[in-house]
Amino acid sequence: MASTTAFKDRNLIAVIGDEDSITGLLLAGVGHINEHQRKNFLIVDSSELFGVFYIISHSRMSPETQISGIEAAFQEFTQRKDIAIVLINQHIAEKIRPTVDRYQEAFPTLLEIPSKDHPYDPSKDSVLKRVQKLFGE
Amino acid sequence: MSGAGPRENVFATRMALTNTKLRLKGAETGHSLLAKKRDALTTRFRAILRKVDEAKRKMGRVMQLASFSMAEVTYTTGDISYIVQEQAKLATFRVKAKQENVSGVLLPGFEVDRVPGSDFNLTGLGRGGQQVLRAKEVYAKALETLVELASLQTAFTILDEVIRATNRRVNAIEHVIIPRLDNTIKYIMSELDEMDREEFFRLKKVQGKKKRDAGKAEMKAITDKEESLKQLDEQQESTVDLLSTKDADVIF
Repeated sequence: MASTTAFKDRNLIAVIGDEDSITGLLLAGVGHINEHQRKNFLIVDSSELFGVFYIISHSRMSPETQISGIEAAFQEFTQRKDIAIVLINQHIAEKIRPTVDRYQEAFPTLLEIPSKDHPYDPSKDSVLKRVQKLFGE
Repeated sequence: MSGAGPRENVFATRMALTNTKLRLKGAETGHSLLAKKRDALTTRFRAILRKVDEAKRKMGRVMQLASFSMAEVTYTTGDISYIVQEQAKLATFRVKAKQENVSGVLLPGFEVDRVPGSDFNLTGLGRGGQQVLRAKEVYAKALETLVELASLQTAFTILDEVIRATNRRVNAIEHVIIPRLDNTIKYIMSELDEMDREEFFRLKKVQGKKKRDAGKAEMKAITDKEESLKQLDEQQESTVDLLSTKDADVIF
C-alpha cells in the first residue's frame, strides 16, 4: 500500500481558524514552522466591520482575496506531506464550502470545528451530511 | 438451453468443460468470501458511524468549554494571541499514526503524541498565569477529542471506499461472471451432447453397413459352397462311371 508509508510521517495538525481558536490550539502546542518557514496555521480575522481582513502576514486583503487566501491555505495544507489532520472552523469552511465538499481524501483528515461565536451545526458538516445520507432519509 | 446469454469464447471440449467448471466453483467461493467480507466491514462501518455521530456532538460541547477558558484568559491577561503566535515554533502536540486490520483492510488511526516542551511558560507571567495554564490543559483535552474524532472520520472515509469497491466486486461476480460461466458450461454441454448423438448415429450406420456386407458375404459363401458341391458331385459321378464301366480292352 503506497499510502502506508505516506501517512507514517504525517504527524502535524494544521488549523485554519479565527484568532481565538488558533490562540487556544497554539497554546496546546500544535504550532509548527517548518524549514521553509511555512506555518501550519492560518488566522482568518473575522472583523467584518471594515471588510478588511488579516491573514497571517497581516497584509490587508479584500473579502475576495481573503477567500482565495483561505482556499490557497486549504490547498497547501491538504497537499503537504507532514500534516495528518486539518482543523477548520465551520464558519470558515462555509466560505469555501464547494472546495471542502469536494475534498474526499482520507489523508489529511479534514475536521470542521466550532468556533467561539459560531456554534456547531451538524447539518452543515460535509462528513455528517454523508453519514445522514448513508443512514437514509 | 445452449446459453443464450453472453459466454466465453471457448472450444467445446471436455477439457474446456472441466476448466470452466473449476472456474465457476472458484467464482462461487470468491463470491461467498467477498460477501462475508462485506458483511464484516458493514458491521464495523455502522459502529463507526454511530461513534462519529456521538463524537461530533461531544466535540461541540468540548470546544465550547475551551472557548470559555480562552475567554477567561483574555479577561485576566489581555490579548495574548500575538505572543502565542510569535512563540509557536515547533509543535509539541503531534499525532502518531497507527494501524488496525479489519478483515484485510488497513484502517489508520491517530494517537496523541505530546512532547513535553517549555513553550509559553512565561505567557501570563504578570497576571492570569493560572488561567493560561488551565486554558492550555483544556485545549489539549479538546484536541485529544478532536484527534479521536479525526481517526474515526478517516476510518469512516476509508471503510466507505472499501465497502463500495467490495460491493462492486460482489455484484460483478454475481451478475456478470457467474452467469457467463454458467452459459459457457451449458454451451459446452450441449455441443458435447450433439457430438455424442452424431457419433452414435455414425456408429449405427457403420454397424448397419457392416451387417449388410456380412449378410451378402454369407449368401455368396453359401451359393459358392453349393456350386462347389455340385462340381464335386459331378466329378465324383464321372469317377464312379469310370470305375464301373467295363473296359473291353482289359483282359483280366
